Amino acid sequence: MTLDRAIAFFILLVCLLYGYSAWFVMDAQIPPFMARNPVWPSSFPKLLAIGGSFFAIVVLISPHKPKDEPDIDLSRWSGYNYGQALGLLALMTAYALTLLPLGFLISTFLFLMLGSLILGERRWIAMVLASGIASVGIWYLVQEVLGIFLRPLPAALGA
Amino acid sequence: MIEGLLIGLSTAFSISNIAMVIGGCLIGTFIGMLPGLGPMSIIAIMIPVAITIGDPSAALILLAGVYYGAIFGGSTSSILINAPGVASTVASSFDGYPMARDGKAGKALTVAAISSFAGGTIGAVLLMIFAPMLASVALLFHSAEYFALMVVGLSAIAAFAGTGNVAKAMLMTIVGLMLATVGTSALFNAPRFTGGMMELQSGIGFITLAMAMFALPEALYLVLDPARSKRSGDNSKITDLRITREEGRQITPVIGRQSVQGFFIGVLPGAGATIASFLGYAVERNIASAEEQKLFGKGSVKGLAAPESANNAASTGSFVPLLTLGIPGSGTTAILLGALLALNVTPGPRLMVDSPEIFWSVIISMYLGNLVLLLLNLPLIPYIAKILAVPRNFLIPFILFFTLMGAYIGQNNSTELLLLVIFGIIATILKFADFPLPPLLIGFILGGMLEDNFARSMQLYDGVSFVWERPMTLILLVIAAILIVLPGLRNWRARAVQRRGTSTPD
Repeated sequence: MTLDRAIAFFILLVCLLYGYSAWFVMDAQIPPFMARNPVWPSSFPKLLAIGGSFFAIVVLISPHKPKDEPDIDLSRWSGYNYGQALGLLALMTAYALTLLPLGFLISTFLFLMLGSLILGERRWIAMVLASGIASVGIWYLVQEVLGIFLRPLPAALGA
Repeated sequence: MIEGLLIGLSTAFSISNIAMVIGGCLIGTFIGMLPGLGPMSIIAIMIPVAITIGDPSAALILLAGVYYGAIFGGSTSSILINAPGVASTVASSFDGYPMARDGKAGKALTVAAISSFAGGTIGAVLLMIFAPMLASVALLFHSAEYFALMVVGLSAIAAFAGTGNVAKAMLMTIVGLMLATVGTSALFNAPRFTGGMMELQSGIGFITLAMAMFALPEALYLVLDPARSKRSGDNSKITDLRITREEGRQITPVIGRQSVQGFFIGVLPGAGATIASFLGYAVERNIASAEEQKLFGKGSVKGLAAPESANNAASTGSFVPLLTLGIPGSGTTAILLGALLALNVTPGPRLMVDSPEIFWSVIISMYLGNLVLLLLNLPLIPYIAKILAVPRNFLIPFILFFTLMGAYIGQNNSTELLLLVIFGIIATILKFADFPLPPLLIGFILGGMLEDNFARSMQLYDGVSFVWERPMTLILLVIAAILIVLPGLRNWRARAVQRRGTSTPD
């Protein structure tokens, strides 16, 4: 099965699940006095579930047409930096989890440092300078100039 | 119209709004040059900033400035290093990059700036003429027609914007609409598809989704394939911005034709700046004289002026459906629509009646923005282009950080960041398999309005009878069906013919 069919199949499953929860879960919760209303919160999702399943099936059964000029060239498949990409995704997840407990300054500094480290940068002084200036500068811009609150320091310090 | 123009002038010509235009254009140019950040991502990053400003006119002026700046920045990087930041500037690199390679980078940038300026300005004039006309027609529309019109818009986007596979594009549109139903429904305030998670009660943030769909996959591609960010050559020496009188004479008719053509292509939903620029290039090459044709692709000023004026005029044209109908025709205008909704402005035919100052100040800011690009950004380009020298190891973490910040500031919620990563991975896989992503985002942004109009019509007509009781609605829905079915039918017939062997496969 080609990747696009696999995705279409997955979306078909999602649509069926979505439809199931619209027809059976949501409709079961409709209060009786609202049942006379011509439109329910589940009406529109039902249409979407039908439409989504239909187009997913069309993609599944229609012949696969390879792109003339793919963005990702599969002949160079092995040359891609999967490790770096996965590392950066893990780093982004870590940033999401540490942003509140560690505060903006520390987590951003670490994110930018480790990000360039994952990409293979080893000029330590430049890395520290760039990450440090950027995290303080952006914090200042966002908090002081735009007035959007960003907790700068670790939560444990009470900031 | 004159009255509106005066209101717009007085709003746009305040010191703070002029600063907005200038700032927006500079920021847009600066970021637009970077690989991986197109106008959509830049606008998405700037939305929290715009929302903090509070005043809708000022916010929209800022975002429009960012938009123009980003397009200009994209052209700059496609001319200087043959690395178009966005699809709509790919055609500019056909002739712009050869010019830069011949040491005429400064001249190429000037041609690009003049063409963009003229394209944008002519586009703004046409917008000023056509938008009020369309809006007065649209005032006659009811919920049922709006519902049908949005269906037409979404189908057209799927039919024209996709990579040729309408079913895939429609599937993405529906996935977008499904994502829009997550959260509390407008009807009865019922929570839907939240899986019991509190964080999902208010729905998925559209900035998060926009970042995940556009900025993140592009950045991940840069990481996966280092060749993508490799420079094709170093032409950072920008000297002599002047063009000769002869060159000016050559590009004038091109600019005139392509501005008008580009504008009308831009008005169509789903067509947009990319198609306008490629079509503009192709048309100009076909009508050029035989000896000029040989120059195309080797550094012809005409070949650079055509896509540049067309894509700017088309970007302006794409504001027509947004401002008059409230229906975005492209990913970028969809993001602008999201920003407007966040500012409590509902674009549509009432916009011109209820808050003319917003409508007209946007138009005035378009003129201003184009002027700023020509007078301020062009001379500054040699300095701004220095950003292209930032090493990739530093650039990519910053791009990723900006996507995270955009999602976080918009919602002030770190769950949003996890959603961003998850959707970003999904979007990258979808991009791998050649599923078009803009339809998903447009579906997501229109989802709420589509459902509102659907529910209102259902309530007014006590069921689905509005579909056949209102002829206009029926006609629009038939058009939508034709838009979806026709390309598939044509493919199917082409294949049938091929199977019988009566025609040679192309």
